[in-house]
Amino acid sequence: MNSDQLFNNSSSTDRRLSILTKHILASSSSSSLAMVSPSPTSASSGGGSVFSNLVQAPEDPILGVTIAYNKDPSPVKLNLGVGAYRTEEGKPLVLNVVRQAEQQLVNDSSRVKEYLPIVGLADFNKLSAKLILGADSPAIQENRVTTVQCLSGTGSLRVGAEFLARHYHERTIYIPLPTWGNHPKVFTLAGLSVKSFRYYDPTTRGLNFQGLLEDLQSAPSGAIVLLHACAHNPTGVDPTPQQWEQIRQLLRSKALLPFFDSAYQGFASGSLDTDAQSVRMFVADGGECLVAQSYAKNMGLYGERVGALSIVCRAADVASRVESQLKLVIRPMYSNPPIHGASIVATILKDRNMFQDWTLELKAMADRIISMRQQLFDALCARGTPGDWSHIIRQIGMFTFTGLNLDQVAFMTKEYHIYMTSDGRISMAGLSSRTVPHLADAIHAAVTRVA
Amino acid sequence: MALRTIISGRVIRFGAVLGGRSMSSWWGNVEPAAKDPILGVTEAFLADPRPNKVNVGVGAYRDDNGKPVVLECVREAERRIAGNLNMEYLPMGGSAKMVEETLKLAYGENSDLIKDKRIAAIQALSGTGACRIFADFQKRFCPDSQIYIPVPTWANHHNIWRDAHVPQRTFHYYHPESKGLDFASMMDDIKNAPNGSFFMLHACAHNPTGVDPSEEQWREISYQFKVKGHFPFFDMAYQGFASGDPEKDAKSIRIFLEDGHLIGCAQSYAKNMGLYGQRVGCLSVVCEDEMQAVAVKSQLQQLARPMYSNPPIHGALIVSTILGDPDLKKLWLKEVKVMADRIIGMRTALRENLEKLGSSLSWEHITNQIGMFCYSGLTPEQVDRLTDEFHIYMTRNGRISMAGVTTGNVGYLANAIHEVTKSA
Repeated sequence: MNSDQLFNNSSSTDRRLSILTKHILASSSSSSLAMVSPSPTSASSGGGSVFSNLVQAPEDPILGVTIAYNKDPSPVKLNLGVGAYRTEEGKPLVLNVVRQAEQQLVNDSSRVKEYLPIVGLADFNKLSAKLILGADSPAIQENRVTTVQCLSGTGSLRVGAEFLARHYHERTIYIPLPTWGNHPKVFTLAGLSVKSFRYYDPTTRGLNFQGLLEDLQSAPSGAIVLLHACAHNPTGVDPTPQQWEQIRQLLRSKALLPFFDSAYQGFASGSLDTDAQSVRMFVADGGECLVAQSYAKNMGLYGERVGALSIVCRAADVASRVESQLKLVIRPMYSNPPIHGASIVATILKDRNMFQDWTLELKAMADRIISMRQQLFDALCARGTPGDWSHIIRQIGMFTFTGLNLDQVAFMTKEYHIYMTSDGRISMAGLSSRTVPHLADAIHAAVTRVA
Repeated sequence: MALRTIISGRVIRFGAVLGGRSMSSWWGNVEPAAKDPILGVTEAFLADPRPNKVNVGVGAYRDDNGKPVVLECVREAERRIAGNLNMEYLPMGGSAKMVEETLKLAYGENSDLIKDKRIAAIQALSGTGACRIFADFQKRFCPDSQIYIPVPTWANHHNIWRDAHVPQRTFHYYHPESKGLDFASMMDDIKNAPNGSFFMLHACAHNPTGVDPSEEQWREISYQFKVKGHFPFFDMAYQGFASGDPEKDAKSIRIFLEDGHLIGCAQSYAKNMGLYGQRVGCLSVVCEDEMQAVAVKSQLQQLARPMYSNPPIHGALIVSTILGDPDLKKLWLKEVKVMADRIIGMRTALRENLEKLGSSLSWEHITNQIGMFCYSGLTPEQVDRLTDEFHIYMTRNGRISMAGVTTGNVGYLANAIHEVTKSA
């Protein structure tokens, strides 16, 4: 009988012998396991990994675009994939006001790095609520809003969704078709079931308003509805104010719960207030809603992961109970949020001059994008590219849903080294006056040569 | 006043169209949640107006003046970072440079596992975030598994695995009578657990007890784990902070690695680099080969993406700036030792003070235990008296954060402890 068989018999004598043998024979670390084999029922059979059956996950479709772009050696390559702002020179931008705030923080030697409270930086929370709801919002004045700092838009959505899955009576969320690729995963992992409502109309490249109303009308009472506050991602198609009013009435009449994703406030039209109108309209009617805010784009703080979740409640005591439950979601996820980005935001928002400067820089970014839209539209018209391209200037925000199909997109990548997500979404922020002609050529070629 | 309006044959309360002023909140049935037992202590402390109040609650380092500390190496790193780089998104797995340096700390500068690219690792939101992503990963890929957690442990461990929907079991750890390790019961629990169970182990400076297995004991534990095919998950939140020497503090992990275990590990820079609020950490999983490590990493990222997309950049830059610069790294090691030594000094001082006061109880455990915390053995009632009568704040399990003890308050603290225990 060899020592393995000795061991597997598992009698205590055998084990003692086996252990003795190990101690006598194993003087070097590498042989110390020669005598030991885990029993047959062990999850890690033969010392292998318990995760050996795992397969590699597919690349994230959006972040994978940048990976592919980086690999391309072509000098004319263009990255119109991920929605991160670029200057006319194609460079990432750190706002002046952000640099200023950063310098202030570094120079302040009294600053420490202690844990923030679970709900984050108090100043930041108050100022964020004011930013989205309006400084004179009755909901704020009546203490009916609970705001917690979260990790950008993603984190705010996830925390809000986890809260809903635990405390709300309806576990279904309706998301627009299409929507940001990460939305379904966020809600599913949070424990909600995801359904969709019609949103984009490929024939008009605009809003399928009829379809939207019908689908939400047939949703069960109380269901949650995800709404992009402005600059819908990926289509750039937003409801008009009149349409928003109709949507509001429909949601309220069916007691559907609105969950706003506000990732582009100020970035869409150039005005912070204009871009918050949809949210404020809902809050003004006295009803409840959730809002996820991100400072990734409008303050250029992408990698700092700064955002906030606000839950507008009917009464102040409800708001405080809700906050206590939000903490229970956050604590086992990451304990408390990161301090740096929120400190930058709070510094800017509370200083009148810095706030002013910020609005100017924000408008400049929004204006550059609007100008890129116009230039691209003009370039396509000049080339006589077949089709109606007016949606490029009708759509709003960082993205244009070109309407190009999978084959056309693949063609543009292969022949013109233009990188975009396969749904035909292009980030206007990645364009410049210099590169618009190249893109227009590529679109023209794709439309005329690829079905 | 609700007007009734008849619209296309249906009666709709006017109130509903206005957002339902007459309707009640959806959250009427939301109960107020219990305060976090640890973080709630600091809240209470801050609210106390007494000048002689003492906070030995939350585990955040304080200098001998009771002030929070930002390490010199961190200040210098921040000066270098500010104004230089952009703030673009990190990849989902975080800063590769930071992760690389962090793995060296846990696994060794010259680790073969690192050379062979067998470790799947991502930047995580400090220790909490690393544990949570691992717990979610465990649930997804070993859905029938459960986690064995020591008694006692950091309270949030239970919350983390519960929210990940992984069933929990406990194993014996702390021995109240000796205020040390209940090694025999612990080994029994390890042997009696079904083969292939997942265990959560504190790599060093056990929180809240400060009681760590000896090197010999770690070897026996590792051996038994091999016998049973158990999965060891290490939570290492205090590397460098326990003994003052990061290499020494990683001994338990190195023993397991020598024995060939494929471990999981959560690392945090909250305490040892004083980066608490920056939320910087790392989750790593040792795999059989590079291909498997690539697959595991991709799956870890799939869990991070719907939680926060990608991790915060600032803290990671601080870490990689420090660890990537030999001089800054040397400075850091020095500063970590200073913090650890101060705590060891305070342990000695507290024990000596209690003994000088003529306490009949044994206070050996104060200097036997290691790391930031001392499990004093005080009962919840005694803790309440400390708070109410002496304005000393700690968690009700009797855990004292030694980092909050100073030469200025150690006498006061000893006196108070003596007062509430002398009739015991």
